[in-house]
Amino acid sequence: MKVTTENLRSNIIKDIAEISGENVAECYQCGKCTAACPVNQAMDILPHQVLRLLQLGLADEVMNCKTIWICASCFTCAGRCPRDVDLANVMEAVRVILLRKRDSTMLKAEDMPEVLAKGMPEQGIVSGFRKYAK
Amino acid sequence: MRYSYYPGCTLKTTATVLEESALESARSLGIELVEQEEWQCCGAVFPLATDEMAAFLSSVRSLSAASEAGEKLLTLCAACHHVIKRANHVIINNSDVREKVNNYLELDDYYGGQGEVIHYLEMLRDELGFEELSSKIKQPLEGRRVAAYYGCLLLRPAKIMQFDNAENPSIMEDFLAALGAEAVDYPYRTECCGVYLSVNNEEIVSGMVDKIISSALRYGAEAIVNACPLCHYNLLELQKKTPEGEPTLPVYYFTELLAEALGVNSTVKDSAAG
Ligand code: SF4
Ligand code: SF4
Repeated sequence: MKVTTENLRSNIIKDIAEISGENVAECYQCGKCTAACPVNQAMDILPHQVLRLLQLGLADEVMNCKTIWICASCFTCAGRCPRDVDLANVMEAVRVILLRKRDSTMLKAEDMPEVLAKGMPEQGIVSGFRKYAK
Repeated sequence: MRYSYYPGCTLKTTATVLEESALESARSLGIELVEQEEWQCCGAVFPLATDEMAAFLSSVRSLSAASEAGEKLLTLCAACHHVIKRANHVIINNSDVREKVNNYLELDDYYGGQGEVIHYLEMLRDELGFEELSSKIKQPLEGRRVAAYYGCLLLRPAKIMQFDNAENPSIMEDFLAALGAEAVDYPYRTECCGVYLSVNNEEIVSGMVDKIISSALRYGAEAIVNACPLCHYNLLELQKKTPEGEPTLPVYYFTELLAEALGVNSTVKDSAAG
């Protein structure tokens, strides 16, 4: 992990800012987002740490973490942030950058009949494909 | 009272109970819900990436058709409501998106966000009124201790959804009180149920559901109500993993209790069976 000006100016950091519409520099690391997050115990990098890494230009760590796929877009963090940072938007930006690469789809259509057979509503399947596939 | 009604995909497939109980109840309350002639899937999740516009074009089509009919657009599914409400918010506040969407859709009338989407619960609270509703109850749900489960999509982000106080809402409790039931106050009522994580990560969702259900049980609930087919599925299905002998809670859509209290539930059951 090394903080360099190159990292700070990298395209990925700019893309995340543009796609999310959020300014990660606003975050002052109070940790309220993490405290509010209902899935924080399953994450490898905590929500406020995601922002810290991005502030330092360490996009690779964030691109490779489990956290972004575990975030449920529940919007609890954003509602509690005293700096008006919408972390759900940041998580989404990282996800879509990854998903827009070729062969990055994480759900397979052929697995869905089994999921549907359990009674999973169409809403769940569509949401899953919107979040984990392109 | 007449509304353009937007059902969404899931109410026509897995969650027919939600639709049927809501429509039967509306009929008995003298509220006209006219399904839109054309509607498309809302996309289930709102596109949080600022460069993904196509994902809410269907919302704009429905909003604009309702506004041309001079009616509010009424929703039942929490996810549809969330997506359509946020799409309208973007159209109103982002002129670049607004222009692009209008150029693309070529609607008869320019759509600038003049439509209004309203959730069934909001309609009961703000337009019919809970007092009026309570006067029409035929079989009050007396002595029934019910936990209201809000989840995320109706409440957050609070500034956009403007549904209720996102940290301490009361609309569902007030609704339950109007039906004559006793609303159970418990701490996990606005906590996320795990949503679509259950498509490929059931284990996490099980833990989340367990927290919600055990909290409601601890505060004495005998049933839990919600307004979202995916919350419904998670709360119901993942409770099945509860070890034998441990207590569980029956899960209902809020409209099922409404239909019961209005005395129209037998019709609902018949139509569900037929
Ligand atoms: S709540 Fe806001 S300011 Fe605090 S750590 Fe999280 S993002 Fe940063
Ligand atoms: S939106 Fe994601 S990061 Fe924020 S509280 Fe919810 S699950 Fe956690």
